[in-house]
Amino acid sequence: MFVDTVIEDKALHKPVFLIGLSLTVLAIFFALNFTNTIFGEFLRPVIGAPTESGFFGRFAVSLVLTIIFVGNLFAISFFKLKVQVAIVWVELFLLFLAFAYSFDLKMSFIQSRIPLMISRGLFTTIYISAISILIATVIAIIGAIAKLSNNGFAYAISSFYTSLFRGLPLLLQLFLIYKGLPQLGFMVDAVPAAITALSLCYGAYMTEIFRAGIQSIPKGQWEASRALGFKFSLIMRKIILPQAIPIIVPPTGNQFIAMLKDSSLASVLGVWELMYLARTLGQRDFRHMEMLLTAAMIYWVLTIVLEIIQARIEEKYKQKS
Amino acid sequence: MMNTKINTQNNSELMPVISLKGVNKWYGDFKALSNINLEIKLKEKIVICGPSGSGKSTLIRCLNRLEAHQEGTIHVSGIELHERMKDIDVVRQDIGMVFQSFNLFPHLTVLENCMSGPNWVRGIDKNEAKARAVAMLEQVKIPEQADKYPEQLSGGQQQRVAIARSLCMQPKVMLFDEPTSALDPEMVSEVLDTMIELAKSGMTMICVTHEMGFARQVADRIVFMADGEIVEESSPEEFFNNPQHERTKVFLDQILE
Repeated sequence: MFVDTVIEDKALHKPVFLIGLSLTVLAIFFALNFTNTIFGEFLRPVIGAPTESGFFGRFAVSLVLTIIFVGNLFAISFFKLKVQVAIVWVELFLLFLAFAYSFDLKMSFIQSRIPLMISRGLFTTIYISAISILIATVIAIIGAIAKLSNNGFAYAISSFYTSLFRGLPLLLQLFLIYKGLPQLGFMVDAVPAAITALSLCYGAYMTEIFRAGIQSIPKGQWEASRALGFKFSLIMRKIILPQAIPIIVPPTGNQFIAMLKDSSLASVLGVWELMYLARTLGQRDFRHMEMLLTAAMIYWVLTIVLEIIQARIEEKYKQKS
Repeated sequence: MMNTKINTQNNSELMPVISLKGVNKWYGDFKALSNINLEIKLKEKIVICGPSGSGKSTLIRCLNRLEAHQEGTIHVSGIELHERMKDIDVVRQDIGMVFQSFNLFPHLTVLENCMSGPNWVRGIDKNEAKARAVAMLEQVKIPEQADKYPEQLSGGQQQRVAIARSLCMQPKVMLFDEPTSALDPEMVSEVLDTMIELAKSGMTMICVTHEMGFARQVADRIVFMADGEIVEESSPEEFFNNPQHERTKVFLDQILE
C-alpha cells in the first residue's frame, strides 16, 4: 500500500478528538454498567458497596474505566509503530485470557483431557484437512484449465461443478454424501465422506481462484510462447503456472485456513476430530468451557502456523520475481 | 550452418518462403485485411508501414497464425496455414517473432529465456542450448546480462534479449511487430543497430515499423498499407522519391516532416 509522505497530526493528539472520544467512551461504559463486576469491587473503598452505590457508583466506575482506556490509547500513541502493535497485541491477548479465566476453569481437568485431544483430535483434524487440501488443489488445477478451455464438455462440467458446490452449504454437502451415497449402494465411512465433501467444496472455490490467477497472466506471454512453437501443456507448466502461483498463493492460503476450521463440521458425522472431542469430553462433567476453550486455542495456534507458512511462501516468490 | 542449409536448398531459394494469395480477414463486421497478395523470398527484407489501424500488425501476426485469416491462402515454407493444420508448432519454430511489448518470460533469467525454445521444443540438451544462448546474447551485445531477470534490464536491452531468444531457435524468417514503438527514444537505435546487423547476416526479415531511416537502409521492398489493403509495394528509392498513391504521399509527408 502507498503511504503518503505527508504526516498528519495524530488524531489522539487533538484536544477536540480526545474530548469527544472520552465522552463517547464514558457514555458507553455508563450504559453497559460495570458496577456489579470486578471493577466495582476494586472501587469499593471509594464508592462503598457496589450494589448500593447507585448513580454515583456507576458514574465513578465508568469514569475510572474511561480514564484507563483513553489514557492507555494516549500513552501508546507516543511509541513507534512496531512497539504500538506489540503492546496492543499483548493487551488484547491479556483481555482474552481474562475472559477465559472468568469462567472459573479447572486446569487439572484440561490437563487430563489434553493428551486425547491432541493425539486423537488434532491428529484427525490435520489428517482430514491435509488430504482434503491436496485433493482440492488437484481439482482446482484441472477445473481451472477446463473452465478456460474451448472444449464444451470440459467447460460445462467444470462450471456446473463450481456452481453446485459453491451454491450448497458445506454442512448440507456433508450430509448428502454421508447419508445419500449409502442409499445408492456405496457405503462411505464418516472420514472419507468428510474428506470428499471438503475436497469438492473447497476445490470449487479454488477452481475460481486458479482460473483468475491464470487469466491474470498477460496475453503476450501466450503469444510469445506460441510464436516459439510451444504446445499448450508446455506453456501451462513452464510459463503460465509459474507466474500464476505467486498470485494464487495468498487467496489459496486463506482457503486452507478456512478449510482447516470447516473440518470441524465433520464432528456432526461423529468423526473424532478436535471439535467433536471438545463437545463430548466435557459433557459428562459439565466442563464445556474448559474443552471448548482448549479446542479454540488449538485451532488458533494451527491457523497461526498456517499463516506463517503462507507468509514464507509469499516471501519466497517475491524474492524470485 | 545456415548457409549450408540454404546452399543445399537451391531450388527452394527461388521459391517464396512466404506467400499470401487473396487473403481477407474480418473482426466481426470490420474488414481488417482486404485481398492481400504478397510473396517474400528467402533473404529478402520487407518493411511494412502505414497509418495506425491499417492492418499491418494483423498481417504480420497472420504469418505465424497468431491471428486467423478467413479467406485466401498463406503458405510458409510450402506449408499452408489453416485452422485444422497439425504441424503449426513446427512452422512456428522456424519463424521468429519480436513483439512491441518484448514479452520476455519474467520468471526466467535472460539466459533461461534464450535457452527455453531450443531446450524445450527443439530437443537440444542444456549445455548446447546454453552455448547457443550465450553466442546469441553476444551477437546482440549483452552477454553480461545473462543471469539477470528481464525486469532488471532497460527496454532496449529487453528487446535485444527478445531478438536473441528468437534467434536461438535458428529461424528461417524473423517477424518484427513494431519492435521500437514501446522504447524510450534513446534506446531505439540500439535495437535498430541489432536489426541492421541481423539483416547484413542474410536473415529473411519482415518488419512492421515507423522507422523510415531503417526502412531506407535495410529494406529490399517497402509495403505500404491503408485500410487493410496493400496500397503500394516498391523499392525504397521508388517509395521515398516517387510515391505513386495519394495516401502514400500524405503518410510520408506526415511521418517525414
